[in-house]
Amino acid sequence: MSSRPTLIKENGLRHDHRRPDELRPIKMEVGVLKNADGSALVEFGNTKVIAAVYGPREPPAKYMLSPEKAIVRCRYHMAPFSTIERKSPAPSRREIELSKVIREALESAIFTELFPRSAVDIFIEVLQADGGTRTAGLTAASLALADAGVPMRDLIAAVAVGKVDGVIVLDIDEVEDEYGEADMPVGMMPSLNQVVLLQLNGVMTREEFDAAMDLAMKGISEIYRLQKEALSKKYMLYTEE
Amino acid sequence: MSVTPIQPPIPKLKREAIVSALKKGVRVDGRGFEDFRSITIELNPVPRRSNGSALVKLGNTSVLVGVKIGIERPFPDRPSEGVLQVHAEFVPLASPSFEPGPPDENAVEVARVIDRCLRESKSIDLGELVIVPGRYSWSIYNDIYLLDHDGNVTDASTLASMAALNVAKLPKLVSVENDQVKVDYSTMDKPLPVKLNVVTVTVVKIGGYILVDPSLDEEILAEAKVTVGVDSNGRIVGIQKSGGGLSVSEVRYTIDIAIKKGRELLMLLEKTLKTV
Amino acid sequence: MANIYVANRQIVKPGDLLAEGDDVIAGSYTYKVGSKVYGTVIGLAEVKENAVSIIPLEGVVVPREGDLVIGVVVGVGVTNWFIDIRAPYKAVLNASEAVEQFNPLTDDIRKYFDVGDYILAKVLIFDRSRGPVLTTKAKGLGKIVEGVVIDVKPSRVPRIVGKRKTMLEVLTSLTNCSITAAVNGRIWIKCPNSLLEDIVVRAIRKIESEAHIPGLTDRIRKFIEDEKRRVGIQ
Repeated sequence: MSSRPTLIKENGLRHDHRRPDELRPIKMEVGVLKNADGSALVEFGNTKVIAAVYGPREPPAKYMLSPEKAIVRCRYHMAPFSTIERKSPAPSRREIELSKVIREALESAIFTELFPRSAVDIFIEVLQADGGTRTAGLTAASLALADAGVPMRDLIAAVAVGKVDGVIVLDIDEVEDEYGEADMPVGMMPSLNQVVLLQLNGVMTREEFDAAMDLAMKGISEIYRLQKEALSKKYMLYTEE
Repeated sequence: MSVTPIQPPIPKLKREAIVSALKKGVRVDGRGFEDFRSITIELNPVPRRSNGSALVKLGNTSVLVGVKIGIERPFPDRPSEGVLQVHAEFVPLASPSFEPGPPDENAVEVARVIDRCLRESKSIDLGELVIVPGRYSWSIYNDIYLLDHDGNVTDASTLASMAALNVAKLPKLVSVENDQVKVDYSTMDKPLPVKLNVVTVTVVKIGGYILVDPSLDEEILAEAKVTVGVDSNGRIVGIQKSGGGLSVSEVRYTIDIAIKKGRELLMLLEKTLKTV
Repeated sequence: MANIYVANRQIVKPGDLLAEGDDVIAGSYTYKVGSKVYGTVIGLAEVKENAVSIIPLEGVVVPREGDLVIGVVVGVGVTNWFIDIRAPYKAVLNASEAVEQFNPLTDDIRKYFDVGDYILAKVLIFDRSRGPVLTTKAKGLGKIVEGVVIDVKPSRVPRIVGKRKTMLEVLTSLTNCSITAAVNGRIWIKCPNSLLEDIVVRAIRKIESEAHIPGLTDRIRKFIEDEKRRVGIQ
């Protein structure tokens, strides 16, 4: 039984010394797996996720085909060693729900009509969980799709905002998620100003929701910039032999 | 793994009828964009075995919720709280497209959204449900049974859950002695500590129009769907977006509509509960 | 009215705003919303007057009717073969499109092509209601029996061939190898000896990784000449 930590200190900083509107250190790398058609490794602070894309390719069974578009198969899964207490490898109800929510977000970006009767497979594995795993996963999956050359309307950048001790904060970690009053993951296609993932777990007033949404958009535009940078890095000119 | 569902396509004429009605400002069943279908709430339809129950008909969607209360060990990280679990089953008799089997992602999603709305809002004061901290507490199982699917299972399920929890009664606690608990399951005693009520309001977006309480056809045509949980204090207690994208202003509009219509649903619920 | 925001051969990414204006044409791998044109993949922008398109640097290539493909036989039916052409769709080659007078009662289809064989074929039909249908009934098509076949990223094949075949010319003229590049990302190489074969394969890998950097044709020419000198070939 752990005692509740101080989430917002007297100087207004959070328990990890971040300002309320500050993201954790973010790392993104594209093309990290050899076999996958596209892949990406994304870190938000201690949260570490890897995403891989295979496709468009033939689905394993004909009954899955749609004559009009590619189907999207998405799995969000946490490694057993990714959480404080070992998580059973069997899919939990949470993983079932998040796989659906992430699939739907990605589907709104992918031009599935270009590849009828095929499947685009997206696999997200959480290697280390410290809050914001689904938004890191969605951010990584979007990069992996770009790496694989799957045509999309836009990249998807995502972040979780929260309310801790009454303060709206950006990019909550596990401690803030556990002890805070609200956790709101948001995913967007920033160029189109479209919200593709939105959930709220907690309680907010109408005004708090507006503030949270504004803060999420601010974080998302920075994450989007980092995604574009990560893709550029793959094609950076290097010195010749 | 979540897979794109392959739905039987809506016939073109039906789709065109729905969209052209919307352009004229109505829906095919004559409703306005913000109107709920007719709602009936029947309290305690199955009183003999459950601790509380409610049947909600929202248009042709029919959901039965049964509450069962027992004694269990509290969760290790919450030793002084009762246990609340919400599950949903979309049983095969409810729709030609349902197959028997464990709950699919849609049933899991509905259960978890409603669980979060109840839990985060502290609708039920779980702290009052502990019997011996760390050892015994009341456990409340809120089981959602979809009987007939004609769209918007979520709102019907939340309403039925809230009604069932309000009329549910704890079994009689006979004695707590030397770490042993004696319960008389055949006698109903006190009601659950329900502190405030919670409802959900679900909207869909079709052709740029935002519609409250989608029918099944509207759900199938929907480009996006949003469920917002609202409590008796007008606070937002949950949000779940599914399907495609919405603009930020459409999201804000949805929240406003949900708070407004949520108030109406709560009034209907409270009026019904007064008749008990 | 047309404003184009990217330069020719600039690297662009999904969601990048490439151009704006009522008169702008959204070319391949781009799309238009209102008057704005966005990119859909990571690639090199191609700007032509009022049109913007993208040459992808990644992704599958779906072959079209008439395309030359190099496939691998992965399955065998009574009167047909199933061919993997590195596309999201498995291709079919019917015996009637490969062999004169095939009789399933007396002929064993595996006598002609067997599982694991590479074949050079053309796409005969591809109408999206079923997988592509191939044919080997033209000069030069059929089973590949000599040389080596390598897989490359399908998106790189145009660069390996080059505008007006200039890159292919460099590769073949400097090495005396015969090179057939298929749109589905497979290259068939036949060389006089294994040293030259090795040089060609490495040159192609170099093109693959440097496709987005200008001046590639000259670099490859220099690379091959240096390599030939290094292993002692004239």
